[in-house]
Amino acid sequence: MTSPAPPAPKEGRAGASRWRAAWRASLVPLCAVILGLVVGAIIMVASSGVAAGGFQPLLPLQAYGALLQGSVLSFNGLVSTAVQAAPLILAGLAVGIGFKAGLFNIGASGQFLLGAIAASAVGYQLAASSGWVAIPAAMGAAAVAGAAWGFIPGALKAWTGAHEVVTTIMLNFIAATVVKYLITGPFGVSGFSFDRTGDVGNAALPILFGRDGHLGILIAVAVVPVIWWLLWRSTLGFEIRTVGANPSAARYAGMHPGRLTIFTMSLCGLLAGLAGAGQILGISHFMNASYSTGIGFDAITVALLGKAHPVGIVLAAVLFGIMRAGSPLMQISAGVPVEIVDVLQAVILLFLTADVIVRRVFRIRAPKGTVDELQTVTRTYGEQTSV
Amino acid sequence: MDWLYGIPVLGVLAQLVAYLVEVFPGMGPIVLGLATPIALGALCGILNERSGVVNIGIEGMMLTSAFVSFLVAGLAAGALGSQAGPVFGATLALLIGVLAGIATGVLVSLLHAWLSISIRADQIISGTIINIAALGITGYLNRLIISGNPRLGAGTFRSFSPPDFLTDIPIVGWILNMFLAKGPIAMSVIVLVIVVQVLLFRSRWGLRTRAVGEHPRAAETVGIDVIVMRYRNVLIGGVFAGLAGAFLTLESNSSFQNGMTAGRGFIALACVIFGRWTPVGAFGAALLFASSDALGIAVQLRPPRAEFGELAAIVAAIPVEIYSALPYIVTLIVLAGVVGRSTAPAAVGQPYEKESRT
Repeated sequence: MTSPAPPAPKEGRAGASRWRAAWRASLVPLCAVILGLVVGAIIMVASSGVAAGGFQPLLPLQAYGALLQGSVLSFNGLVSTAVQAAPLILAGLAVGIGFKAGLFNIGASGQFLLGAIAASAVGYQLAASSGWVAIPAAMGAAAVAGAAWGFIPGALKAWTGAHEVVTTIMLNFIAATVVKYLITGPFGVSGFSFDRTGDVGNAALPILFGRDGHLGILIAVAVVPVIWWLLWRSTLGFEIRTVGANPSAARYAGMHPGRLTIFTMSLCGLLAGLAGAGQILGISHFMNASYSTGIGFDAITVALLGKAHPVGIVLAAVLFGIMRAGSPLMQISAGVPVEIVDVLQAVILLFLTADVIVRRVFRIRAPKGTVDELQTVTRTYGEQTSV
Repeated sequence: MDWLYGIPVLGVLAQLVAYLVEVFPGMGPIVLGLATPIALGALCGILNERSGVVNIGIEGMMLTSAFVSFLVAGLAAGALGSQAGPVFGATLALLIGVLAGIATGVLVSLLHAWLSISIRADQIISGTIINIAALGITGYLNRLIISGNPRLGAGTFRSFSPPDFLTDIPIVGWILNMFLAKGPIAMSVIVLVIVVQVLLFRSRWGLRTRAVGEHPRAAETVGIDVIVMRYRNVLIGGVFAGLAGAFLTLESNSSFQNGMTAGRGFIALACVIFGRWTPVGAFGAALLFASSDALGIAVQLRPPRAEFGELAAIVAAIPVEIYSALPYIVTLIVLAGVVGRSTAPAAVGQPYEKESRT
């Protein structure tokens, strides 16, 4: 395999040039978002002609206005943006760290579900004990369960060479059935008209601000610098990035790509599991058998848009937090289905990948001689030897 | 066979065989139906990967085609009426729906081809975008158009009923029944698999396809246009993915649900690997996965009776939900066991750049 390795990440501390590099790196994603919103507006107008029987050229303004009103133009809106962004930060990191190691974790939703069910089960068991015990125990259980679910595809890749793209998807479906079984069976409680777990009681995360601004938001934000430090300031992070950039070079340097693959996938699962715990302990306080999540795809979008960098992931997560938080009001007041967010997501991703379009429209020069980390995921797909 | 039941371990196996023989006449035709979208998806995957392109967007291609087939057939049925024809109960609307599905498959695969061959984006990311886009756009349009029109729909193709004297033959008849008691798309799969198998290994196109996937530089040297070859194969693959989508909404179901492909596109990728990049092998793998699916259904509908001994107890002890996850679990196991021992086309996943003149 002769895919060119990206140049070694610069570790320099030259302030101004670093800011300039960051600005240059974020230019294409930013423009992709703008183009995506424009195309989204066109789709809204076009589909209003089909659905409502007449074209409404002002619909996009109305819709985007309602979107902002429901997300950033009020205190409650801001809080719900933060609530929506928190799991996206964690799950986005769960995908982004994988990218750094040359792994594509499509399994965030399965890891999220395992974390959620572990948190609700442990939370219910400790519902009556003090929050100081119950919350860490429930979060810890979620982290372990998520990490275990991430360990499986990592180990399969390291030991057998099975590519994580197919195995993580299969594990998503398996996770959904496992969760359904656990909630209709051993973890279920009686006395309700539908199958659900018991209330987590004192394991519920305290509300810190607004209507539902729970502790999980702070946890998500606190994880970001930890991951940044791990990736760019620790030996382990250096090894992870080296394996991602060039597995054979990493092997020659005495690193263990297989072990690093397993570790990274487990870490990804841990973060996605924490995201699941935050949703249960912070918002619903129980889990029902039909609980489902679209966080896997959201997380991929966030990680790609954030260029797999922790700061970028936070910004992208906030953007999609705004969209998710504002879309219900948009549906009510402008009549645009909330599913438009999924369409916007896809269009933005498309422009991000087909960056030639973005560069032509906005006249951005392409960087020379660099290969994006995001262009090395397919590398191991056809490889039979285990890493 | 009853006398075998007492032996430990082997006895349970004998019970399982006896149980399968008992339920097979009823379950047989279901197997081909379950295998059809997977096998078509696998054909799409084979054409892509044989020419050096990874396509994990098969799932999204199927889903988009399923939606468009359903919508177009429904609209056509509204305009043209639904006069069932003599063969398979085919109506003009259904045929238009199938064509629309195929066209959609080709169109979506054109996007994949452009992103992964011309733009040279990462092919797995390109496929992922197709999956995300398909789920988002069909979900949006489903809410916008179909939810408001509950009567939209064109029905489904009818299954062929083979004559009784054939299906009554023990074992042979059951297998014939499995392949014949189906609608047109499911039955066409068998033909398509054989045709692609022969063309891939016995025709000029097949040789060129394989050359482009194994060693594009060498292929270019002898005058094969790598880019054109890859484009063509990805688009032909789109035909199969589109047909799979049409099958889902016009033959096996008569409605569209969000995310109804339920991972079949990914199971198809596992079939490609398990079948060692050959159509016949992948079809066999698709039948295996479909059988595991059918077994799950059979166990839930007609659990083994008490006279099957321990088997009945084992089946009863495993929670029902696990059976519905059976195809996914089997995929995982097969992939882990087999992937190291089957060889992918050498250039799979590598974007091709023409020899530069620097």
